[in-house]
Amino acid sequence: MNIQEIEGEIILEFASFEDWLDKYNHIIESARNIPRIEPKYKEEKFLIQGCQSQVWLRADLEDGKVIFTADSDALITRGIIALLIRVLSNQPPQDIIDAKLEFIEKTGLHQHLSPTRSNGLASMVKQMKLYAIAFKAQTEAQ
Amino acid sequence: MSINVEQLRREFPVLSQTVNGKPLVYLDNAATTQKPKAVVERLMDYYYKENSNIHRGAHYLSMQATEAYEEARETTRMYLNAAFSREIIFTRGTTESINLVASSFSQKFLKEGDEILISAMEHHSNIVPWQMACQQKGATLKVIPMDEQGVLRMDTLDELLTEKTRLVAVSHVSNALGTINPVEDIIGKAHQKGIPVLIDGAQAVPHMKVDVQKLDCDFYCFSGHKLYGPMGVGVLYGKEEWLEQMPPYQGGGEMIKEVRFTGTTYNELPFKFEAGTPNVGDVLGLEAALRFVSYLRHDVISVYEDSLMQYAMKQLATLPGIRFIGTAEHKTSVISFLFDDIHPYDSGVILDKLGIAVRTGHHCAQPVMDFFNIPGTIRVSFAMYNSLKEIDLLMDALKKVRTLFS
Ligand SMILES: Cc1ncc(COP(=O)(O)O)c(C=O)c1O
Repeated sequence: MNIQEIEGEIILEFASFEDWLDKYNHIIESARNIPRIEPKYKEEKFLIQGCQSQVWLRADLEDGKVIFTADSDALITRGIIALLIRVLSNQPPQDIIDAKLEFIEKTGLHQHLSPTRSNGLASMVKQMKLYAIAFKAQTEAQ
Repeated sequence: MSINVEQLRREFPVLSQTVNGKPLVYLDNAATTQKPKAVVERLMDYYYKENSNIHRGAHYLSMQATEAYEEARETTRMYLNAAFSREIIFTRGTTESINLVASSFSQKFLKEGDEILISAMEHHSNIVPWQMACQQKGATLKVIPMDEQGVLRMDTLDELLTEKTRLVAVSHVSNALGTINPVEDIIGKAHQKGIPVLIDGAQAVPHMKVDVQKLDCDFYCFSGHKLYGPMGVGVLYGKEEWLEQMPPYQGGGEMIKEVRFTGTTYNELPFKFEAGTPNVGDVLGLEAALRFVSYLRHDVISVYEDSLMQYAMKQLATLPGIRFIGTAEHKTSVISFLFDDIHPYDSGVILDKLGIAVRTGHHCAQPVMDFFNIPGTIRVSFAMYNSLKEIDLLMDALKKVRTLFS
């Protein structure tokens, strides 16, 4: 599936919840399925700045696609980054760079998790795009 | 006399709103307190009827404002029981009060090889200014350690107070732990060696009667906004003997007697430390807050707040997996805790959705969190207008948090 298709899937999932508590429950569930970063990479270099909790994010390029792994010590944060990974991982760098990530708004997540909440949602997206930009530059240079 | 909380809450319009469809439960009073009508009305009155620059114009409004401002200084003097009103300096808050002393005192008295002594439970505001001063002068910052309860290790004090110690700066009450520090003992011990002591009273003044002469502290700092007053105004009390010897902190109008291009003579206390147009409106708002608290009486407020704290401690203790951070015997109005393995950030997000305002994180006291090896805590902090019912709502909310994350 491409980015838009996965986003559509997530939007549908969230639409089925009426109560905000259920939405959080879904985020927490997502946290359990996160492709975990290897413990040895849980170091300063992979920490994302700007979050109240710690978030580690790593990216590798495999067969022209970016593979993200991550973790966080807070469950909600881990759930959010897990959702972002579900959308953006295993995609070509250019698609990640172009991704509009409309699901954040359409699921109502932005309203629960505005950037001022210092959950670092914006920092995570930015870091993922930066990885994609770097991989693109790397491939083009070869 | 006792607190009629229903009636009291009507004085604080902010409290009657709903947040996320739930009645607001405001338990973040250590960060800032809400303002009673008396304070807001005082600000309005000032700006509608009295606004004028002070200590200069000979016109009616200016004289009125000058008089009101100096009367507020006298009210503050009485509130702290300082010996002279010229020992009361108005600042922007605790942070500026501490910076003033750290900068001005150090300029005159701190030399290379000297030491400043702080404690392990200080707010960043009572750490960083001293680090900066020490760095500038080549002095060393020393730290009074604490134990697992969050109590200062007084047994280390004799050794830490040396002939190199120029000043001791400690908090009266810890904002992260709620510990009431034995400041009388610290001051007594320091004075035996002729060392002055600065007390960061930001978290103490809202909850207890402070008498600076009885304490015999050399400096005392607090913020108006944590004491039901406006933001942007605070107090530095300093003993005249020290303030007289210290150089001005900032240069400008008001703090001078005479300015010539060849040199300037400084004004006398307290004006020497109040450069520029002061924050007259907020000082008058602060005065209204001091009057409000005095009218209700500190002893009455303390009894009530203690009962809130006891009730909350008892209720919270029934939660399985709760871990209190800061279990000193002498505590006031702050409860810091973690429960199960739930990250404080996770709890904070859900509590907020349930209308409960608490603080989660490191509370500007990272060294305290490092000491306990935790990322942060959930901090519940009380004010005079909190109710037992609100603690019940907090408990319900915490149970929901628990279900969600287990
Ligand atoms: C113990 C303590 N000291 C200093 C401060 C700083 O106060 P302000 O930010 O009002 O200057 C605070 C505020 O959180 C505090 O709790």
